[in-house]
Amino acid sequence: MDALPDHMRPERSFQGFILALQRFWAERGCVILQPYDMEMGAGTFHPATTLRALGPKPWNAAYVQPSRRPKDGRYGENPNRMQHYYQFQVIMKPSPPNLQDLYLKSLAAIGIDSAIHDIRFVEDDWESPTLGAWGLGWECWCDGMEVSQFTYFQQVAGVECAPVAGELTYGLERLAMYVQGVDRVYDLNFNGREGAEKVTYGDVFLQAEQEYSRHNFEYADTTMLFEQFRMAEEACRKYLAAGWQESKSPGGNQKEHLMALPAYDQCIKASHVFNLLDARGVISVTERQSYIARVRDLAKACGEAWIHTETGRAV
Amino acid sequence: MPDLLLELFSEEIPARMQAKAADDLRRMVTDKLVAEGLVYEGAKAFATPRRLALTVRGIPARQPDLKTERRGPKVGAPDAAVQGFLKATGLKSLDEAKIQKDAKGDFYIALIEKPGSAAIDVIAEILPVIIRTFPWPKSMRWGARSAKSGSLTWVRPLHAITATFGLETEEPDVVKFSVDGIEAGQTTYGHRFMAPGAISVRRFEDYEAKLKAAKVILDPQARKDIIVEDAKELAFAQGLELVEDQVLVDEVSGLVEWPVVMMGSFEKEFLSIPDEVIRATIRNNQKCFVVRDPKTGKLTNKFVLTANIEAPDGGKTIVAGNERVIRPRLSDAKFFYETDLKTRLEDRLPKFEQIVFHEKLGTQAERIKRIETLAAEIAPLVGADVEKTKRAARLAKADLLTEVVGEFPELQGLMGKYYALAQGEDASVAAASEEHWKPQGPTDRVPTDPVSVAVALADKLDTLIGFWAIDEKPTGSKDPYALRRAALGVIRLVLENNIPISLASILSLPLFVARNGFVSRQLKTAAESVVGAATSALLNAAPEDSSEIREGVGNVLGSAVDVLRVSEYSKISDVPTDDPMLKQAHARLDDLLTFFADRLKVQLRDQGARHDLVDAVFLLGGQDDLLLVVRRVEALGKFLDSDDGKNLLAGTKRASNILSIEEKKDKRTFDGAPDAGLYKLDEEKALAAAIDQVKAEASAAVAKEDFAAAMSAMAKLRPAVDAFFDKVKVNDDDPKVRENRLKLLNEIRAATRAVADFSRIEG
Repeated sequence: MDALPDHMRPERSFQGFILALQRFWAERGCVILQPYDMEMGAGTFHPATTLRALGPKPWNAAYVQPSRRPKDGRYGENPNRMQHYYQFQVIMKPSPPNLQDLYLKSLAAIGIDSAIHDIRFVEDDWESPTLGAWGLGWECWCDGMEVSQFTYFQQVAGVECAPVAGELTYGLERLAMYVQGVDRVYDLNFNGREGAEKVTYGDVFLQAEQEYSRHNFEYADTTMLFEQFRMAEEACRKYLAAGWQESKSPGGNQKEHLMALPAYDQCIKASHVFNLLDARGVISVTERQSYIARVRDLAKACGEAWIHTETGRAV
Repeated sequence: MPDLLLELFSEEIPARMQAKAADDLRRMVTDKLVAEGLVYEGAKAFATPRRLALTVRGIPARQPDLKTERRGPKVGAPDAAVQGFLKATGLKSLDEAKIQKDAKGDFYIALIEKPGSAAIDVIAEILPVIIRTFPWPKSMRWGARSAKSGSLTWVRPLHAITATFGLETEEPDVVKFSVDGIEAGQTTYGHRFMAPGAISVRRFEDYEAKLKAAKVILDPQARKDIIVEDAKELAFAQGLELVEDQVLVDEVSGLVEWPVVMMGSFEKEFLSIPDEVIRATIRNNQKCFVVRDPKTGKLTNKFVLTANIEAPDGGKTIVAGNERVIRPRLSDAKFFYETDLKTRLEDRLPKFEQIVFHEKLGTQAERIKRIETLAAEIAPLVGADVEKTKRAARLAKADLLTEVVGEFPELQGLMGKYYALAQGEDASVAAASEEHWKPQGPTDRVPTDPVSVAVALADKLDTLIGFWAIDEKPTGSKDPYALRRAALGVIRLVLENNIPISLASILSLPLFVARNGFVSRQLKTAAESVVGAATSALLNAAPEDSSEIREGVGNVLGSAVDVLRVSEYSKISDVPTDDPMLKQAHARLDDLLTFFADRLKVQLRDQGARHDLVDAVFLLGGQDDLLLVVRRVEALGKFLDSDDGKNLLAGTKRASNILSIEEKKDKRTFDGAPDAGLYKLDEEKALAAAIDQVKAEASAAVAKEDFAAAMSAMAKLRPAVDAFFDKVKVNDDDPKVRENRLKLLNEIRAATRAVADFSRIEG
């Protein structure tokens, strides 16, 4: 790490920070993936987590996932709330026995020394009603600030995890702000350069925050979105129904599924459309529960399909 | 005798679960030891974020030997049975068996002597079972082994087990067992950051000491003491005072193995936020304590944090980090508070129309309306201004929709008070926002301002009557809507404010309001559509449809029509008394009254009142004025402590006993007035006169609710009763005289019923 040029150091640049994490986990045998090419509320929705957490086959991956939370938009005026931010996600299946140590070492790799910082694992039972998933773990605190989520998945998409996967989610902006010592996310140094060459997080995202906040709260076309939700739900069901077939492998009147991934894309889509409708305030409290249940039903059906695919099934 | 040391070393255990887990571990291990015949001298359990530990002292080295008899086949039974018996008991031949006779014949008996096992072997069998069945509130699977079913579950991944057993003077043995691949040994680990290395331990004494050297304080109480003492001292050094918070101390002590207490500060400008909001922000989000100025009692801009490490920079980085986190939190809180102040409370009310309180009880807006109406009815009974009460009831829940309460639900009510005062509401109206939630439990303060009392009663009664109306009563340990607490709240409000109020009349008010409230909208709409559907179903029914189906549809139609019919009445008094819905409502109302009586009994018993006195008063019937019940019980208790009381009770009991014997004998009762013409002795006449006098005086006193006077009147009965039993033979030879005397005895019983049912009183 000492060989890194200054502008690439995790304490100096947001991109250097991400690269340090990627490198750290690559060295621990993780597949470094790129973000999934769909809008989603959290890195957990990426099929590399949701679906790959299921089934017996080992899987170790890490990736950055842009996360969209339409309701969290603040028109760029809040120092750390945004409708679009980055999560860094690590998934290891089965969870290795030293996952906590690996996590602490990863903090050291991005400049957080546990000798002078107060690192704590504070109870946090994780549950995603839309994904039909739950797990136990912690919020990881650094000097009183929540910087990561650490979860041992017990169930995902309604399916028991066997074996259990460990999931780490880093809030990248928040961590980088801490490491760089800035109080406003838009002041983060993105590229690690100074003077005229310096690009800040605000240079990259401030306008987007303003525009998307306007869109999410005021102008997102609700007629279209309601229609899109319905269509995504319908398409998901259609693909799921079409994907089932009798297994051709020997010994099998087992069923197998040939289209779990495209079906799951529609589930992701429905979830994001729901979040937009929610931000627009057009979903009542009671309806809200029923929408969440509808997405969960899709997620569960996709999970069921996935464990009957080549990658998802036993042996 | 040897000692056991057990440690279960895991990833971080949730703070809130640690104390119970330590207790469960101690209980499970010691119970099992005792069940195995290993009676120990003492046991203590400990918890830190990463370990549960247990020491059990003075366990016998061996189990006692056990002798058991086992009955075998009959003498002369077929060989197969004999062979089976020998095999099962381990006897070599029948010569080793005894023969025992019983009614069915001669049987072989095997005497089996089971020598006790070594305690360490017993423990090695006990511990894996306890670990596998440990009652964590929520437990999980992890790692490669979780691929198979039946893998170990624990609160978080379990990494190591230490288990040693032995005498103080000797090198102890490792208790040999393993659970899901984790082998018990004598290696544990120190503080996660300051001394993470392996530590070899022998027994509890060196275990605790070595942990301390490795920056782990095993005893939670010791960690709590350090936190509280250091926090107080830090505050004191600055001339300030720690705001003590036991719940927070408990939690924080479960988040650290090595508490290091430090002080940080925030910008003074945030002190414009109400103290409670600052405290909630700092406490809930950051688990830090706040500090006040002892001179003013107001918070200062300092906070106290508890870290888990001693940092080489003296904690500067940690304090600075915590300050950086607290700043935006307070900034958010300030923004929420100031935003809230911009909207008047009444302007928030329309939003309640969108919020469902309970699907069968309508929206929050409907509920608030009912509370307002009911509070206005109660106001005159408690001496509250009706207009102020209505205003208070209307605004009391409005703060639920504010940003601050959204963020910190525990500040509900209090914020309402601040916002009400800020918008210039009357002080009583503002106070009711906070106080109408009270009392929250048996020790919570009871409001005294009449406006608060009226709204608090209306709120709780509406809740109770609503859930009784839809038949969602508490059952067993399940009370999801905290209805017991609500009833106790009503009881305490009434008793502690001395409100003379008949429960039956007060409960019929909300019954009316609640029914109107919920019949009018949701239910009415639903009933209308049911009527439509059921009518057309009946009209379109084909001849082949079974009569059961027709009848079923007819019933549905009938119920729906009931609802619509009742909803047409504008006053409950207009509803015919034989209306089935009204009848059902009355049945549920009676049930609710019984519920109140039960809660009152529990409350009085908790306060030390004799339960038999409570029963003696309740069983008079018609006792629905809580205050009078309590006063009567008090007066009765005092009376029974006096000689007059004791003797009168004895006399009354004697009268009752004689009566019940004679009633049984004659198979009749001796009701009715005695005939004065049949009195033969002076004592009879004196008793009759005393009864008349006492009855009149006691009833008059009861009517004036002067129970002490009623009891004094009762006392006058005593000499006459005593003299009567002294001189008069009840079972006179003349049956007419006997009957008359029994009637007189019955009159004693009747007279005492003016104050209580004496037959229920013990002693």
